[in-house]
Amino acid sequence: METLTYEYRGGRPVASPPPSFLVGVVGSGNLEVLVEPAPLGGLCRVEIQTAAVGFGATWQAVLDDVFARHPLADVRISINDVGATPAVVGLRLDQALDAFAGGAQP
Amino acid sequence: MRDWNLQGRNRDARLARAAGLADGKRVAAADARALLEAVLEPGDRVCLEGNNQKQADFLARSLASVDPARVNGLHMVQSVLALPEHLDVFERGIAAKLDFSFSGPQGARLARMVADGRIAVGAIHTYLELFGRYFVDLTPRVSLVAAQAADAAGNLYTGPNTEDTPVIVEATAFKRGIVIAQVNELVDTVPRVDIPGGWVDFVIQSPTPHYIEPLFTRDPAQISEIQVLMAMMAIKGIYAEYGIQRLNHGIGFDTAAIELLLPTYAESLGLKGKICRHWALNPHPALIPAIEAGFVESVHSFGSELGMEAYIRARPDVFFTGADGNMRSNRAMCQAAGHYACDLFIGSTLQIDLAGNSSTATLGRIAGFGGAPNMGADARGRRHASPAWLKAGREARGECGRMPRGQKLVVQMVETFREHMQPAFVDRLDAWELAESAGMELPPVMIYGDDVTHILTEEGIANLLLCRTEEEREQAIRGVAGYTPVGRGRDRRMVENLRDRGVIRRPEDLGIDKRMATRDLLAARSVKDLVRASGGLYDPPKRFRNW
Repeated sequence: METLTYEYRGGRPVASPPPSFLVGVVGSGNLEVLVEPAPLGGLCRVEIQTAAVGFGATWQAVLDDVFARHPLADVRISINDVGATPAVVGLRLDQALDAFAGGAQP
Repeated sequence: MRDWNLQGRNRDARLARAAGLADGKRVAAADARALLEAVLEPGDRVCLEGNNQKQADFLARSLASVDPARVNGLHMVQSVLALPEHLDVFERGIAAKLDFSFSGPQGARLARMVADGRIAVGAIHTYLELFGRYFVDLTPRVSLVAAQAADAAGNLYTGPNTEDTPVIVEATAFKRGIVIAQVNELVDTVPRVDIPGGWVDFVIQSPTPHYIEPLFTRDPAQISEIQVLMAMMAIKGIYAEYGIQRLNHGIGFDTAAIELLLPTYAESLGLKGKICRHWALNPHPALIPAIEAGFVESVHSFGSELGMEAYIRARPDVFFTGADGNMRSNRAMCQAAGHYACDLFIGSTLQIDLAGNSSTATLGRIAGFGGAPNMGADARGRRHASPAWLKAGREARGECGRMPRGQKLVVQMVETFREHMQPAFVDRLDAWELAESAGMELPPVMIYGDDVTHILTEEGIANLLLCRTEEEREQAIRGVAGYTPVGRGRDRRMVENLRDRGVIRRPEDLGIDKRMATRDLLAARSVKDLVRASGGLYDPPKRFRNW
């Protein structure tokens, strides 16, 4: 197992975020993503637990694009990848972050 | 004076040696080995019927048990290496040379034995190519085939899994070879004659029914959301775009997802009657919901599929069935149909390079091709037009006053990373290294880049027909290669330019909302759903019954 951490600046905080948001179910061969508000001084922090070692640059590229699509601040994203491919991670994050940000809209 | 009938005299000598073992054409199972030792001669070309699905397994065991001092140096010419016995004959020195098409389950052992010099491989063929050579320079001297039943005259009934039997027997019987059939049962009258008795020399009732592999069954429960997304893109971005009426699907979960999206997603786009009406396809259980929804008018099959028998019998308007009600499949005919009469092939692969060449060969495995190269190749001899074929031809050739000609659509559908983060896009195919290590004359390429018209990944569709230079083609491929090293090596400006020209189309360019890509779109989400959709007619093999 390898834990990778990525941090992004320049995002916007969600006005009234839900307490936390979980998509996917671990143990179902599915990817688990937890999105939660956190006082990170404007940072968006992503932590990935992955079984596939040596793909730091790949995940960096995936997350750069995700942050470009969803520029959020003061959010912690935890990904338990259970061997998921970048395609699955990207799709799940889009779903989770849409729901997280959307849940805060009036 | 020259004797012009050496083969006939040789055949008579073989039959004379076996005379004491047969009662008419019938030989007892206990005498199978003795029969083979009597009729076979060292160095014979032998076809041991190994198909994709049906296996002459009893005769394979019998052949593997003959005395190598009497029978040796055989040249095996068979389409599929599926059983351990297919390689045991080489291990024991009974056979020395191999010409074949597909070796899926035995691919790793085959690679080891080739590396050790135990097997000399002539060539890896497509099915049609190998069948063609049966009538030219690889005619079997002795063929060992499998059927469901035989009568006393040697008439064979194959049941739904006719597969390769007709082509093997025809090539052997009409060149004065010997045909030996293992059958599950001996009957007074066969339900239909699939192989005339006059073409069959010996019939053996096997102690157990021949093995059939349910190769084309995919459990919908294992289809991922990414596969659903890619299936939506195939339907909207290719099938609807070209109006694909006649097609073949490769094996796998990607194409199963398309089949299961026809009654839901394709129906919602108003595509019923406009796409997917005629198929060259094995009876995939995943096609049941589309058949029931009225999408499918006809299906001709290479082989049958375990558990689909009763469903097929109940849908004779769709499938090719005999007077007995059961399907008659035929691999050679269906391969010809898929090559010449279909407008589209779509299938998966393991590796694609920057020129679009694709291969399922990986280091340490000689897997072969099966039918994919004939399905996934432009039929250069085709002369009939269809809107899909003409549109593809226009896209490839432009409107420059050249001789108008169509082109077959050949789609490679892959997720950019396979399991364990293996990239599907590579700078250099493993096939090169495999060819070097196994002393092959050619890298084993499944589909050549110049035949591939579209590459479909979760990131988008690259339409290679519209690429005008090698550089455009490479960037179009990189542009859908996702986060693989090949994909990250793209020229972003050029890829955006290709996207503006419609050479690359993302899901959003096709009006596909990725968030809609959930398993809820599948017309069946489990094998049990398929049984239900068939009205209880589909009877899945035990290993697929998880309820």
